[in-house]
Amino acid sequence: MSQYLPKVDELKKELNEKPGVLKGDYSKKEWWELPFEFRDGNFCWPAKPEVVEELGFPNPRKWVATDEDWKLPDGWQKTLKDAMKERFKKYRTLKLYLDSCVRCGACADKCHFFLGTGDPKNMPVLRAELVRSVYRNDFPMVEKILKGFAGARKLDMHVLKEWYMYFYQCTECRRCSVFCPMGIDTAEITMMVREILQLIGINNNWILAPVANCNRTGNHLGIEPHTFKQNIESLVDDIEDITGVTVNPTFNRKGAEILFITPSGDVFGDPGVYTMMGYMLLFEHIGLDYTISTYASEGGNFGLFTSNAMMKKLNAKMYHEAQRLGVKWILGGECGHMWRVVHQYMSTMNGPADFLEEPVSPITGTKFSNAKAAKMVHIAEFTADLIHNGKLKLDPKRNDHLRTTFHDSCNVARGMGMFEEPRYILNKVCNSFHEMDENTIREQTFCCGSGSGINAEEYMEMRMKGGFPRANAVRKVREKYDVDSLVTICAIDRATLTPLMRYWNPGVSVYGLHELVGNALVMDGEKKRTEDLREEPMAGFDDEGESDA
Amino acid sequence: MKKVLSPLFIVAVLALIPYVGVEYAGLDYLFGVVIPYMAAGVLVLGVAYRLVDWLRRPVPYTITSTCGQEKSLDWIRQDRIESPSKRWHAVVRVLSEVLFFRSLFRNNKAELRKGPDLVYGSHKWLWLAGLVFHWSLLVIVLRHARFFYYALPWPIGIIEGVDRFLDVTVPALYITDITVLLGVSYLVFRRLQDAKMRILSLQTDYFPLFLIIGIVLAGISMRYVTKVDVMPVKSLAMGLTEFSLEPPERIGALFYVHLFLVCSLAIYFPFSKLMHMGAIFISPTRIMLNNSREKQHKNPWNTPIRFRTYTEYEEEFRDKMKKAGIPVEKE
Repeated sequence: MSQYLPKVDELKKELNEKPGVLKGDYSKKEWWELPFEFRDGNFCWPAKPEVVEELGFPNPRKWVATDEDWKLPDGWQKTLKDAMKERFKKYRTLKLYLDSCVRCGACADKCHFFLGTGDPKNMPVLRAELVRSVYRNDFPMVEKILKGFAGARKLDMHVLKEWYMYFYQCTECRRCSVFCPMGIDTAEITMMVREILQLIGINNNWILAPVANCNRTGNHLGIEPHTFKQNIESLVDDIEDITGVTVNPTFNRKGAEILFITPSGDVFGDPGVYTMMGYMLLFEHIGLDYTISTYASEGGNFGLFTSNAMMKKLNAKMYHEAQRLGVKWILGGECGHMWRVVHQYMSTMNGPADFLEEPVSPITGTKFSNAKAAKMVHIAEFTADLIHNGKLKLDPKRNDHLRTTFHDSCNVARGMGMFEEPRYILNKVCNSFHEMDENTIREQTFCCGSGSGINAEEYMEMRMKGGFPRANAVRKVREKYDVDSLVTICAIDRATLTPLMRYWNPGVSVYGLHELVGNALVMDGEKKRTEDLREEPMAGFDDEGESDA
Repeated sequence: MKKVLSPLFIVAVLALIPYVGVEYAGLDYLFGVVIPYMAAGVLVLGVAYRLVDWLRRPVPYTITSTCGQEKSLDWIRQDRIESPSKRWHAVVRVLSEVLFFRSLFRNNKAELRKGPDLVYGSHKWLWLAGLVFHWSLLVIVLRHARFFYYALPWPIGIIEGVDRFLDVTVPALYITDITVLLGVSYLVFRRLQDAKMRILSLQTDYFPLFLIIGIVLAGISMRYVTKVDVMPVKSLAMGLTEFSLEPPERIGALFYVHLFLVCSLAIYFPFSKLMHMGAIFISPTRIMLNNSREKQHKNPWNTPIRFRTYTEYEEEFRDKMKKAGIPVEKE
């Protein structure tokens, strides 16, 4: 393993060290007196100066979290305080959620980062308290009285460093908000802090580089149009090799009925590409009139982890391109944070998209009335409808070589409420689906530990700690049901659960839902199938003939 | 320990002030008339100000926490409470939070065992104690109405009757006097007993708990131990409701301790976390509908942005696109 990641036995020892979730001895100290330090594995590289410049963000410079001097602009405290005040005016949530916490502690042991690190400042209540303590200090009249009483403190370098550390140990997964009796959403606070830190040049390269790429080339990976097309075409070749069927995706084609947008990770990343192959097989199977855009070639939106304006700017391309191409509506691939933006923000930020039509499935005639304003349908909703109407020829036995469980992605679960569609599909395309522990799925699902733009190599230790609760739940279904396949509907998950499984549960592979759909689809004119989309042998489909009986 | 002892000390001082004031300085009028009016004014105006201050801020996006299945395809059963799509769904959702602490009922306890192995156990104690505590407080506040009316309104009569149906002491024991103490004791106990709670609790968390304990103890001893004469209390209370400025008749100092602590709580209320009482009714993650793709939600400050248009994109990549056979706008 890298210098950014201790061996798994070391981490296990650390977790075993003391019974109970909270680590360390804090009996004599207040939380604001607790020390913390930046070291290899617990911070992300700050954005490169050229990336910051390209985006027109303030204070481009070379620095790193372990530096003594962070080279901050003069008056940075005022900049941050003014920015906070401005946002309190723009968002009721921030003010309300800073004001109304009773510190009942119900959220404390619900955070995956707390469960994985035992660090009290990862309890959501204290994460918010990092800000609340400064916010309280802004009542100068009662400052003196409140100092000790209400836990108020000044915004200084120590506090700033604490913010940088702990608001990047929150993945905006909103699990705490499910349990909060006030409905306090820590993600709102994390989003604000990350946004205002941009104003003084405190940032994360793993977020801002994709943002800059996405702005210029249309996708996070910075893939230019010709390469984008080329790569999908190589997947088309792979599909032909495996199935004998030629699929025909088109690019930037005007007059297509549907624009299909998925995270660029599905086009370039392993194992995302197999999910992409699944989409294309599906669309071929039903003869869908769709096109893929090289300009709006990114479903994901790292603007969500940067600032409100950046999220809006990157998202604007979807409607802009849909209008230019003259499609009727947009179909979106499997992704978590993409769907947080599409479902909860898009229509408000960049709508109304009156140039599009209320989505109707051209195959089944089903009206997706739940998407009639935003005009964008989730692929799982689309496919579940196809299966329910008997439009797909499926052979679930083609996934008999896999024993599956399903990971609900945070954003799709708690920011959209899609639980049944993916399960319905999974049950139709495979015979071996086993749920994880009820406290770790659906609305209580655990984050992969690397969401919200902290999927960086140099952050591996924190990622493996943050992902521990998820991995722990997978381990149990592995022990009980011999599960070896973790199915997700999120591109970030596909990228992050893979190393997480390799670390905690070797032998468990990560799959996209539509990869399994692609495996199970019985295509017209296909050759005899013996391998799945990964070119791994399927069970019972060897050359001797199908052992159906 | 300072953060526990210091609020305890403050409450003790607050309790002593009226005792000394009434017993030795004869300030009955100050503690019986002036301060209660002041406290009531601060409470009403303060709470109103805080609510208006919250409500005048916009909610730019639909950020419902979806804790159940969205409304999507006809044949998929929607969880109408946890993923509300109609106004009444959200009303039920919020009321179930307010009346039954629905989200808190989900609470569980994570335990890290050797292995390492994370296990989650049911943990309803906070929910139960919280519910008992809040409901008892409500009943207690409501049945205090008997001091303010000549003839008790019937709903409050029923509540009062039920509350003392055990009829085991003279005067009859109110069940809520016991349950509120049990509830609040657990709330204090867990803050002291659980390591997580010890570190996350602030003085402002202990203070209102101790204040309420002080109020309850003073109230209970007046009723069951010192047996304060109710008539002058009642005439003072009714006088206050009629905005009378008459000085109160002679009442025991214990009553003024009780009353002054209540006034302290009322004055503290709008400036503290106790405002969660109002916040729970307007929490955006709970009151908003999960219909953000179905209905256009408006952001009043939707700041315009400039994004990279397709034309600019094609300008940069036209040659490469043409070479790759991707259609372009301008040949």
